Amino acid sequence: MKYVKYRVTEKKSSDLDNWPELYNNHLINNFMNEQENMEARLWEYIDGLTTEAEKSAIEKLIETNLEWQRTYRELLEAHKLITSTELESPSMRFTKNVMEDIAKYHVAPATSSYINKKIIWGVAAFFIVMIVGFVIYSFGQLTWANSSSSSIISPKLEKLNWGKFLNNSYTNIFVMINVILGLMLLDMYLTRKKKLLR
Amino acid sequence: MHGELTDTEIISRVLKGEQQLFAALVERYQNYVFTLVLRFTDNREDAEELSQDIFVKAYRSLADFRGESKFSTWLYTIVRTSCITFLRKKKLDVTSIDNEKTLVQLESRESAFKANQVEAKSRQAMVNEAIELLSPDDAQIITLFYKGEQSLEEIGQIIGAEPNTVKVKLHRARHRLKEKMEKYFSHEVREIQGD
Repeated sequence: MKYVKYRVTEKKSSDLDNWPELYNNHLINNFMNEQENMEARLWEYIDGLTTEAEKSAIEKLIETNLEWQRTYRELLEAHKLITSTELESPSMRFTKNVMEDIAKYHVAPATSSYINKKIIWGVAAFFIVMIVGFVIYSFGQLTWANSSSSSIISPKLEKLNWGKFLNNSYTNIFVMINVILGLMLLDMYLTRKKKLLR
Repeated sequence: MHGELTDTEIISRVLKGEQQLFAALVERYQNYVFTLVLRFTDNREDAEELSQDIFVKAYRSLADFRGESKFSTWLYTIVRTSCITFLRKKKLDVTSIDNEKTLVQLESRESAFKANQVEAKSRQAMVNEAIELLSPDDAQIITLFYKGEQSLEEIGQIIGAEPNTVKVKLHRARHRLKEKMEKYFSHEVREIQGD
């Protein structure tokens, strides 16, 4: 504990030795933040992005504060310079070149026309049916534990007979339905693709 | 020739098969697209080729333009993605100014620029050259805001950022531009301020 105290005191004394420098850094940081904040607010004012209240407050500051006035003039000058620039122009043949290129192509069909929402819903339904089916079947296989047990699901879950689960005729039917649904979706997708290619 | 038609009218007629009307859109936006691309490529030949590709891409996917935003906003999104793909192909990273390669590139541009500094610059040339000294991201945001007639929200849509983030980025970009102008064109800037 003493050691810690000593360390703290030592650090404080070294900080105190450097306090003019630290104080200066603190002042510089504050000044930079203020300067940045002032510039940000003045840019918003110049761009016309301020509210009425902010606008009148800034106008008042520009009128009364020399620093704000000077920075405003500087930024306004920069704003005028940037807005005075002209756009670059490509070569005279540019439009002709683009039109020659375009002549080789057709406008592609809109993405929404070939991404059919029915297919997306079909795929979603397929997976939901599969997951729900497995969950229902798994719960059907469980032997619910005695009410005295603290767990909701019995530890007999571990004793689930997977062999029985995979050989069950109900499971086979369920898998068959899913396979048929899957094939139907594939058929729908391929038919649509064929139509688009024509 | 088609000056009276709005972008949406032109698009719907192009989609109905009047392919030649697309030329009106090309003429209307070629300078915007070319300038934006030039901010990324720094090379007029590459910029022209890439701008041409961008218009072809825009034409091919015109059916995807649903009119939810301005056509220019939609077009500038294609400009941005195409430029990023182009730069990736050239193994350049434009995501951050802190990136070492970008810095090296900027430094070399700055030193090449110093050599030509003696001649007096017109105001426009001066600002354009100062913009060229910025990172592609900064240059693009300034061009979109001042020349592309895009609001903060629309720039947000193009670059995939919130309007507030765009506001901060724009502020920083302008700050850097001001620094570049003061550093390399102090004489011209003083002359302008003395006007």
